[in-house]
Amino acid sequence: MRSNLGFFSDEKFRSIFFQTLVVGLFALGLFFVISTTSYNLEKRNIATGWSFLQNPAGFDISFSPFLEFKSTDTHLKVYFVGVLNTLLVSITGCIAATILGFILGIVRLSSNWLLSRLVYIYVEFSRNVPLLLQIILWYSILIQLPRVKQSLQVLDVFYISNRGLYSPRPIFESGFSYVLIAIVLALISSFLINRWAKKRQDKTGQQFPVFSSSIGLIFIVPLILFFILGSPLSFEHPELKGFNFKGGLVIRPEFIAMFLALSIYTAAFISEIVRAGIMSVSKGQREASAAIGLKQTWIMRLIIIPQALRVIVPPLTSQYLNLTKNSSLGIAVGYADLVHGFGGISLNQTGQAIECMAIVMATYLSISLTISFFMNIYNRSIQFKEK
Amino acid sequence: MNEMNEVRKPPVATTGIIGWFRINLFFNWTNSLITLFVIYCLYQFIPWILDWTIFSADFKYNYLGEQITNQEMCSRNLDPENGGACWAVIYVRFYQFIYGFYPKVEVWRVNIAYAMLALALLPLLYAKLPYRKYFLYFTYIFPVIAYFLLNGGLGFTEVSTNKWGGLLVTLVLGCTGIALAFPIGIMLALGRRSKLPVISMMCTLFIEFIRGVPLITLLFFGMVMLPLFLPEGIDMDGLVRVLVAVTLFQSAYMAEVIRGGLQAIPPGQYEAAKSLGMSYWRMNLLIILPQAIRISIPPIVNTSIGLFKDTTLVIIVGILDLLGIGRGTLADTNWLGLSYEIYFFVSLVFFIFTFGMSRYSLYLEKKLKTGINMGAD
Repeated sequence: MRSNLGFFSDEKFRSIFFQTLVVGLFALGLFFVISTTSYNLEKRNIATGWSFLQNPAGFDISFSPFLEFKSTDTHLKVYFVGVLNTLLVSITGCIAATILGFILGIVRLSSNWLLSRLVYIYVEFSRNVPLLLQIILWYSILIQLPRVKQSLQVLDVFYISNRGLYSPRPIFESGFSYVLIAIVLALISSFLINRWAKKRQDKTGQQFPVFSSSIGLIFIVPLILFFILGSPLSFEHPELKGFNFKGGLVIRPEFIAMFLALSIYTAAFISEIVRAGIMSVSKGQREASAAIGLKQTWIMRLIIIPQALRVIVPPLTSQYLNLTKNSSLGIAVGYADLVHGFGGISLNQTGQAIECMAIVMATYLSISLTISFFMNIYNRSIQFKEK
Repeated sequence: MNEMNEVRKPPVATTGIIGWFRINLFFNWTNSLITLFVIYCLYQFIPWILDWTIFSADFKYNYLGEQITNQEMCSRNLDPENGGACWAVIYVRFYQFIYGFYPKVEVWRVNIAYAMLALALLPLLYAKLPYRKYFLYFTYIFPVIAYFLLNGGLGFTEVSTNKWGGLLVTLVLGCTGIALAFPIGIMLALGRRSKLPVISMMCTLFIEFIRGVPLITLLFFGMVMLPLFLPEGIDMDGLVRVLVAVTLFQSAYMAEVIRGGLQAIPPGQYEAAKSLGMSYWRMNLLIILPQAIRISIPPIVNTSIGLFKDTTLVIIVGILDLLGIGRGTLADTNWLGLSYEIYFFVSLVFFIFTFGMSRYSLYLEKKLKTGINMGAD
């Protein structure tokens, strides 16, 4: 079928032609957007450039557990506080969601009909109600707790009120760094012992009590050191003064609401992933391992879970990514994360929407890419190894 | 010899109701203990929740028999010991929850649009519908009719979108987002798999960028940045700006789902189509896409559920959807403090929609596994 257009029916020419066309149109569109934007910015008297980052913010942030924040600090510091708060709620949320999700996924497969139905109801309710609604609901429950004066007291040291959870703040004295060093050393050496024990078992078949020796190294050695050094750790207890507590460590209700909603919502998805993963391991594997006389707990730990993980990890990664992105909903309850602190208040104060949104988006992109990078490494390490 | 005469015990029942109980609830000691514990917890919890939501609750009148017009008249505020939920707030504000601030004289238009939406969805959901072809024609022209019905024009008085709210906004955002994202998602998926490096790279960058940032930043983008990008005089409606953000977001996710379907098509299909002399577009439209979309319908429904839940985010940029109306009602001094009732109601509405969709997607998945003929394409 020769067309009389001649060179146009040549595939190579057509490909170059279309791609140049697309690039040209894209460049034209970009040029148009940039020129109208700069015109609009000039007309509305909006400053451009990055110098606003050095200006004082002029507002307070109620929850900044890692950095001391004053209203005279710069917008750049608002950004760092925001990133740290986003990371804090994402990381704690991911850990809690994973633990809860794994437990629920296994319970969902329990032979007890009532228990598995109960988990099923939980999963369906928490998956099918919007996360934002759940965050707001948790927050509204938390701020209806008793006032500071009537706060609930747990174990004599924790106080729960509508201002948050107050707990003693640990104060590390001079010798405590040695204990920390001991813990780090213990972690490294138990990792090495684990590797050595695996190698030895592969070679000789002899087992080594890795678990108990690691526990001893990580917990008992630093604990002994701690007492030898004369317990260099004291606690500052919160005290009721006037209308509020002074001192101590405070966890604000905004954080608790975010943490609870994010982990409970994501755990429902993770439990379904875990269930599908465990069910993907064929029945024969369980029967075979029972036939060679493995204990019930060993079957789960040595046979089922390692095979199920291959199916679980890729969708688990996307759940972690979702949780991190969903942490941006903190704005609804006033949790000073990246979007609320920097993308919300700073943006409104400076009016530099383009710069602020660009920074926020770039930060989320890099967090997402980092998570997928590490999860991909982990995923590769647990996949089938061809020999 | 004696063995032959030994009396064997009858087998423990494993069938029937007793057998079912034995296997599923009382298989061994730990199992029985767990069962009893769960039953005890349910025994504590269920009567309490039933009492709060139904038996002690006010629906329209409080326990004195007065019609409730504000929160002070709720039984639970008059008698904190015995009062249950105060559903009267939903009863009084029902109109706002369903239509927002749509003028009352024009509300029949919304009702017709709701009915037409159900009619338009019918041929999509039910493949064996008689005269399905004609119903589908209606589905294609429905968006145009709905636009004029809801927004005005063609003889209808105009109702500005800032009067829309509640379920109306939730459904408009969800349906429009899904319907617009579908064709854009197909184009992006084809683009990402294209052999032309520039096009494939641009589509990949777009998809990965959108999937890497939270929806809320895209909504901010639509609200604060989009007006800066457009020349003067073009003043975009708030709802439209949000729709642009939601559609961009959804199309990136849709593209990835459809790409998964495209990857599952065996190369033989492409080769066969090409050997018949089909062009790229003919091959995709007639051979590849019908098959790819058919197998990706369940995940498409799943991402649509996600979008439907995510439409609640628009309250952060000031659009009053179902949750927004709920929050607005709570801010009203007449209904202060009724957060549990309002959030319960809003959750229930969302649950009905999303649970329905997820059941439908399960049904499709089952159908896909057992039969080849899907129909719903």
